[in-house]
Amino acid sequence: MAKVELRGVNKQFGSVHVIKDINLTVEDHEFVVFVGPSGCGKSTLLRLIAGLEEITSGEIDIDGARVDHLAPARRGVAMVFQSYALYPHFTVAQNMGYALRVAKEDKAVIDRKVREAAEILQLTEYLDRKPKALSGGQRQRVAIGRAIVRDPKVFLFDEPLSNLDAKLRVQMRIELTRLHRELNATMIYVTHDQVEAMTMADKIVVLRDGRVEQIGAPLDLYNTPDNRFVAGFIGSPAMNFFAGRAESVSDAGVEVALEGGTRFTFPCETPGVKAGDVVEFGVRPEHFSIGGNGDGGSDGALKGEVYAVERLGGETYLYLNSGSYRDIVAHMSGDAPISIGDSVEIGFSLARSHLFGPDGQSIR
Amino acid sequence: MEHRRNAGLETWLMYIFLIGSTIAVLYPIFMMLMSGFKTNAEIFGAPFSLPKSLNLDNYKTIWTTTDVPRYLLNSAIVTIISVALLLVTGTMAAYAISRYKFRGAIMVSMFFLAGLMLPLRLAIIPLFVQMKSMGLVDNLLGLIFIYTAMSLPSTVFILSGFLRALPGELEDSARVDGASELRIMVEIMVPLITPALVIAGIYNAVPIWNDFFFPLIFIQTPENRTLAQGLTTFFGEYSVNFGVLYAGLTLAALPIVVVFIIQSRRFIAGMTAGAIK
Repeated sequence: MAKVELRGVNKQFGSVHVIKDINLTVEDHEFVVFVGPSGCGKSTLLRLIAGLEEITSGEIDIDGARVDHLAPARRGVAMVFQSYALYPHFTVAQNMGYALRVAKEDKAVIDRKVREAAEILQLTEYLDRKPKALSGGQRQRVAIGRAIVRDPKVFLFDEPLSNLDAKLRVQMRIELTRLHRELNATMIYVTHDQVEAMTMADKIVVLRDGRVEQIGAPLDLYNTPDNRFVAGFIGSPAMNFFAGRAESVSDAGVEVALEGGTRFTFPCETPGVKAGDVVEFGVRPEHFSIGGNGDGGSDGALKGEVYAVERLGGETYLYLNSGSYRDIVAHMSGDAPISIGDSVEIGFSLARSHLFGPDGQSIR
Repeated sequence: MEHRRNAGLETWLMYIFLIGSTIAVLYPIFMMLMSGFKTNAEIFGAPFSLPKSLNLDNYKTIWTTTDVPRYLLNSAIVTIISVALLLVTGTMAAYAISRYKFRGAIMVSMFFLAGLMLPLRLAIIPLFVQMKSMGLVDNLLGLIFIYTAMSLPSTVFILSGFLRALPGELEDSARVDGASELRIMVEIMVPLITPALVIAGIYNAVPIWNDFFFPLIFIQTPENRTLAQGLTTFFGEYSVNFGVLYAGLTLAALPIVVVFIIQSRRFIAGMTAGAIK
């Protein structure tokens, strides 16, 4: 297994600059997830590492050796594709052994490695079947098996679970995490689904428009997002944002005025804003306290009218409008005795809230 | 109930139409087949009746006293080699056009497309001169080259449509697996378009097998004649013996019909590919 390093990597398709100066280190044995909205360049970045696209400038190292000029097969990477990309006319065993066959490996060795991988993935009884005769989840496992058989330095996954149904996706998520532990491999995983990113990653790389927005452990991104984009992207349902004004800046922090007269002083060390600036105040749905219930605290509150209630049994989501702040989402555990049309007060604690300057950067 | 009865009527009308068209298509073939077993007297005495017995005399006559076996062999050689050559070169050209991005890709595909639109027969005189200078007149090889070139546009057209529809991730996957470009084409991509190869093969084999025009112009010695061309001289000789004529026609049609029946499942699979997801 190996460390992957990207230094100043750029990629241009004609005049379109899709990957912009990426610097990134994936440590040995690490499970790193590239996440971002569609079109952010995450798949392209993965393809650059795989060697399926050529970088325009920069350097890619795998296991200490520069690989950006090498063909994909010589980089020691294996890739699992979104559509599985199984060879339809080969059996499962042939699919899994193809790379070794191309490498002119001994037939007995291929057979042994395929069987070992099939064992890990519980595919032994399907080895003679064609992909067509397998379910989606089994196909996905074959695709993973094909990667395992090659014993690569780095596993690359390109949205491998997005073709599966919700239940299977959860199951495969756990399976992949288990696999990562068992193989003790370096894995890079691309997804647009932040839940996958949060649950599987050791480290998340949030991308937007071909740039890295933030790199960090899942909970670091959740608790201390660097900017408004990361704050809005990580967490589900997404963080609520309230536009406001910085009234004054002092040693104690930034005094923020929201619409409707709510005022508070947001404590911070380096404000980076001046009085009169437009700021955005962010609170996650699960960090509100409603009608004095919950641990949201009461450093401040907004009054809103409930226009929709989603009861999931174990938890309840409220959708509110408060003046010009529309579509506020608040989370309550359990079944809340609140109905549509109710006017409720949602309180927030500043310790669990976020403030963003006019440039979208986090104020901490 | 009303609705049900209507649906029944529609179905019946459709069946009647389908049965009618089937008869219209199959009856002449059936007549040809049956007449091959009849004597001349039977054909003229009772043209629409079934033969009295499975009399193979006509076939014996053809096999022992005429050049038809030779013609059959020539046609088989020309057709098989042309189609084989055609599929190999056509696949390679279509693969390059549809799977690779390169400068002039559109030009090349337009060039092939233009071949579909130009009537080759208009260029027969320069073609003859050219073939003559290469020593390919009165030579089966000459016919093979002409047929291959002539059928290439339609083959490239059919195959590139299918090749374009194959997912790029398969190619990427094979590249990560370490396969060379040639290997990806031969082992991964081309096996997936076998229905298209069957279509292109049959689509071109039929006119090549039946072609009369090019052999008429390029083939002179009787030993080099192909079936369609040979049968015309045969018509002259046997205009009095219709039984033998019909037997000859049956022999001419047989190989293509057999190939078609064997490959029909794939042919239809190819024709309807993409229609139902």
